[in-house]
Amino acid sequence: MSLATLLVLADGRLPAGGHAHSGGLETAVSSGRVRTVADVGRFLCGRLFTAGLVAAAFAAAACARPDRWAELDDGLDARTPSPALRKASRAQGRALLRAARAMWPLPAAGREPHHPVALGVVAAAARLDPAAAAVAAAHGSVTGPASAAVRLLGLDPYAVHALLAGLAPDCDRIAADAAARIDDPVDALPAAGAPLLDIGAELHATWEVRLFAS
Amino acid sequence: MHPDDKRSDDKHPDDRHPDDRHPDDRHPDDHTHGPDEVPHTHPEPGIDPHPPLAEVPRALRIGIGGPVGSGKTALVAALCRALGGQLRLAVVTNDIYTTEDADFLLRNGVLPAERIRAVETGCCPHTAIRDDISANLDAVEDLEVALGPLDLVLVESGGDNLTATFSKGLIDRQIFVVDVAGGDKVPRKGGPGVTAADLLVINKTDLAPLVGADLSVMDRDARARRGDLPTVFLSLTEDRAATPVADWIRGLVAARIPA
Repeated sequence: MSLATLLVLADGRLPAGGHAHSGGLETAVSSGRVRTVADVGRFLCGRLFTAGLVAAAFAAAACARPDRWAELDDGLDARTPSPALRKASRAQGRALLRAARAMWPLPAAGREPHHPVALGVVAAAARLDPAAAAVAAAHGSVTGPASAAVRLLGLDPYAVHALLAGLAPDCDRIAADAAARIDDPVDALPAAGAPLLDIGAELHATWEVRLFAS
Repeated sequence: MHPDDKRSDDKHPDDRHPDDRHPDDRHPDDHTHGPDEVPHTHPEPGIDPHPPLAEVPRALRIGIGGPVGSGKTALVAALCRALGGQLRLAVVTNDIYTTEDADFLLRNGVLPAERIRAVETGCCPHTAIRDDISANLDAVEDLEVALGPLDLVLVESGGDNLTATFSKGLIDRQIFVVDVAGGDKVPRKGGPGVTAADLLVINKTDLAPLVGADLSVMDRDARARRGDLPTVFLSLTEDRAATPVADWIRGLVAARIPA
């Protein structure tokens, strides 16, 4: 497996639409729940162990068996109660497929699969292994909102990146667990929920003015 | 989303994985070239992995960029007014978009709401038109799916600074809008928008006497910066149809469509 290929796929500069998504942070900032670097740290931790855990498990499973993408896609629909979050996830899946199609030959995965499913399918096409797909998913679940925090709150970028470095061992652990469960039935894969992210996403979708797509 | 939508293109031939192709078409099995390489296959050298271009020319895509307040939205409204009756037209806006903006276009531009898409840019308007154009491409494609074939798509950037430009992966031609109230030194300062845009629009010329801007200085500096690229002066209060810009676009559209 090529580590440099994993870096290409996990790079925040990958043109796959991520820059316009805050992972729920814009709502959390607007409601006053996230103001400081410490708040961002708690937000990222909560996101990693809910949305990040689920994304890692589904990315690993899709990487191991890209032909199972439709079943996994249904599994993520069931785990995403907020229509706004389903839309955001599919928009990012579509954008990732668009970017990846220029880099590797891709198998069928629908027009706009959920982002973790797209990530797993793309990782397989790039000849990465399930653990690599999972670590990219877990890492990506926190880097997006961290970048959004710097932009929305004007926080010290060094302090925010220190948070990401602190979460790296957790990302590795989550990815290893995900890679160990690739043969689980879809219904047995992690289903950790974050109700405030779901509620926040639904509120966010009604705002007249928003800077991020989600 | 309709439940059937997401898998509707399962069988699209361009999505086929190399392993799904007929065995005779397949590249030989895993192989390596050197001691450091992992086993791999190549995409078929004779097969273009990208979807084929449509046989009918797709809509001409024109980016409209420029600093905050230079009059991009007003220019888009004027162009909709001038061209909406002649061309199949749609607009993607990256501006921080409110229902007031939509009302502005509806009131002033005779453009129905279904022909306008707004894209969120995550506080980075230049990223959405240059470094990561995916949301804008999705918006253009969604408009074409919803409305059928189009002649022209205007992509309005969020107000940014003099260094913002559109990616050629998103648009065919770009217009950069500055205004005289921003100072008559703007053309001299240059930046990729001023120097490289396919059309430079110096807007709000009616304000020049009020802000002490010297149009001849702007004209001279723009020529020096832009070489042979065209520059037009515009006052939308005096020319509500943005005639020189609309004419430039008509010429581009005509050149694309075979007679």
